[in-house]
Amino acid sequence: MKLLIKNGRVIDPENNIDQIRDILAEDGKIAKVAQNIRNGADKVIDATGKIVMPGLVDMHVHLREPGREDKETIYSGTRAALKGGVTSVLAMPNTSPAIDTAENIKLLKCIIKKTAQANVFIAAAITKGRLGQELTEIARLQKEGAIAITDDGASVDNAQLMQEALKLAKKENILVICHSEDRSLSARGVVNLGLTSTRLGLRGISRESEYKRVERDIRLAEQAQAPVHIAHVSCQESIEIIAAAKKRGARVTCDTAPHYFSLSEEAVLGYDTNFKMNPPLRSADDVVALKQGLKNGVIDAIASDHAPHTENEKDIEFERAEFGVVGLETELAVAITELVDTGLLDWLGLAKKMALNPAKILGLNKGTLGAASDADIIVVDPAREWVVEKEGLISKSKNSAFLGKRLKGQVEYAILGGKIASKNENSRHPRTGKISQVAENLRA
Amino acid sequence: MLGLEDLTREEIELILTTAESFKEVQTREIKKVPALRGKTVVNLFYEPSTRTRVSFEVAAKRLSADVINIATETSSVKKGETLIDTGRNIEALKADIIVMRHNYSGAAVMLARHVSISVVNAGDGWHEHPTQALLDIFTLKEKVGHIEGLNVSIVGDIAHSRVARSNIWGLTKLGAKVLVCAPKIIIPPEIEKMGCRVSHDIDDALKNADAVNVLRMQFERDEQAAFPAQLEYFKNFGITQERLAQAKKDIVVMHPGPINRGIEMSSGVADGANSVILEQVTNGIAVRMAVLFLVAQA
Repeated sequence: MKLLIKNGRVIDPENNIDQIRDILAEDGKIAKVAQNIRNGADKVIDATGKIVMPGLVDMHVHLREPGREDKETIYSGTRAALKGGVTSVLAMPNTSPAIDTAENIKLLKCIIKKTAQANVFIAAAITKGRLGQELTEIARLQKEGAIAITDDGASVDNAQLMQEALKLAKKENILVICHSEDRSLSARGVVNLGLTSTRLGLRGISRESEYKRVERDIRLAEQAQAPVHIAHVSCQESIEIIAAAKKRGARVTCDTAPHYFSLSEEAVLGYDTNFKMNPPLRSADDVVALKQGLKNGVIDAIASDHAPHTENEKDIEFERAEFGVVGLETELAVAITELVDTGLLDWLGLAKKMALNPAKILGLNKGTLGAASDADIIVVDPAREWVVEKEGLISKSKNSAFLGKRLKGQVEYAILGGKIASKNENSRHPRTGKISQVAENLRA
Repeated sequence: MLGLEDLTREEIELILTTAESFKEVQTREIKKVPALRGKTVVNLFYEPSTRTRVSFEVAAKRLSADVINIATETSSVKKGETLIDTGRNIEALKADIIVMRHNYSGAAVMLARHVSISVVNAGDGWHEHPTQALLDIFTLKEKVGHIEGLNVSIVGDIAHSRVARSNIWGLTKLGAKVLVCAPKIIIPPEIEKMGCRVSHDIDDALKNADAVNVLRMQFERDEQAAFPAQLEYFKNFGITQERLAQAKKDIVVMHPGPINRGIEMSSGVADGANSVILEQVTNGIAVRMAVLFLVAQA
């Protein structure tokens, strides 16, 4: 099977290519990136005027299976991923049951094999049941295929246990991802602590609850000489702490999510639960700091923290509603609109944050268009504008923070292992001018 | 009618003026007008409340509306019905106004988004209690003659108080200077950005005040966060006759009730010459009549 993508603007951050090129994929791998490739390909895509870049690697995704198939499944989540240009996801272990034993990983791998539409990598839990009491069998989890461990949704409060986990992770060569939150400081908060929580009469989540735990987790990792990744950084102090740690040589990486660099706490003032997430949306100053962190490289990656929830769990009183928003289908467009279109990042920079860097952090042979790497490629129309609508989302859940927003940039093709895995066909309604979306899933 | 943050000065003044004419109704032998005849008001109370519920009920009845009271203990809420479903069912009964008290902040905003009939917020969590603030302001205006330029101190548990928030919005919109006074631990962060001054010294709060609104200290509150000890609170922040003697002679003393005598104020102050606490209760009916009347016109 040979696939030729012609005349696209090829963005390959690993080889520092930003030029009009053809790409030939053969037998699932990148065969050649050059001008005017003449080759009898089985399928040719004309990418004139389009961006051709590595498929996105989203290192923070809640697929909800097993246990909460009403919110999302591996099938529905990975379809949504492809539609958003994400060809690889790291599935978080806070399922029911949690991914905390080798047997549960076996079960998960079985579902992935049967139903996944994109590459799904597995993160397992640090502690049994993610309860922070007792470590999982990290060596066995790693052997069974977990590429990271995290208690995401919770932090391991017990510092000694965390230290032990980091030492074992180092030994087993598995990445530790931290949801850094001190719950004794964030105690039952639901929005950022400050004027917003005061105005709304809601309990606040302090910035300290995040950055003090970021500091602790980095220090523990340094002592254990283990690499550590801080997930969903939301505030300026965390960025400063991570910058300082990097400067002194700590092996720390971090990511943030599109909602944190594009929205601030003012969005919550109408009590819309689609702006309720943990960590919470912070201040306008934090948004500036996050953008700066993306520009200067302190923030390595962008991940969606795709957190699907049913309407029954979201469309209720603010304090009772679940934390989190879906993001797989919008993350690239939000990043293009907020970062590339504004000149903050160029396309190479964007491809680093959303493909190459997360792949490197996770040790995957992805995020690059270098010869012999996996042919996971996306073709993006950078100029296409669209409005996020519930009806257009193919994730099982519709809890997006960007409903009604006009975004720029749409994925036309997602290519997985050299094969077209999804194709979005857009058509503007001839009378209303409204853009309707048809997501055609070719592997379904 | 979800909060005073959303109202303009003109709208607040309209409610106050309307309330004045309804106050006159209270002095008649037959305290009833036919303004809301044929309308149905549903009091939907998710939190135990006596005075606010009764006040709204009396107000609606004196406007000749039909009143239905729903308390959560007796409703299908106990069977797990969501707030939105409850609201839509009330709407399907062709009620005209829902008056809701809810323990969660933002509940009234959410309900209003999902029903097309009028919603009056009778207190939501720590967020707003607009009719309480309106009756406080109405009473103060009645006593002093105006609101513009007055110094009003709000003393007590500001962090957990919807009364405080609504008073800050309402008073500042009408041109009063608001000061909030409490131990640091129960002052919410950045509240000064809502347009008020913060003090932790009760004598400072009373010194130039034309009025002091004393909030109930809810020591029964189920909070993990630290809270001042009762006796210490009274010693440092309680309103006593001695402290009041240092204040302006005709300072207006208000309290939304129910009072903890000997905790936030002494009995002498509660029953003293400066207290307008019972007048607040009376005025509450006129103010709520005005709100129901205006909401029904909208």
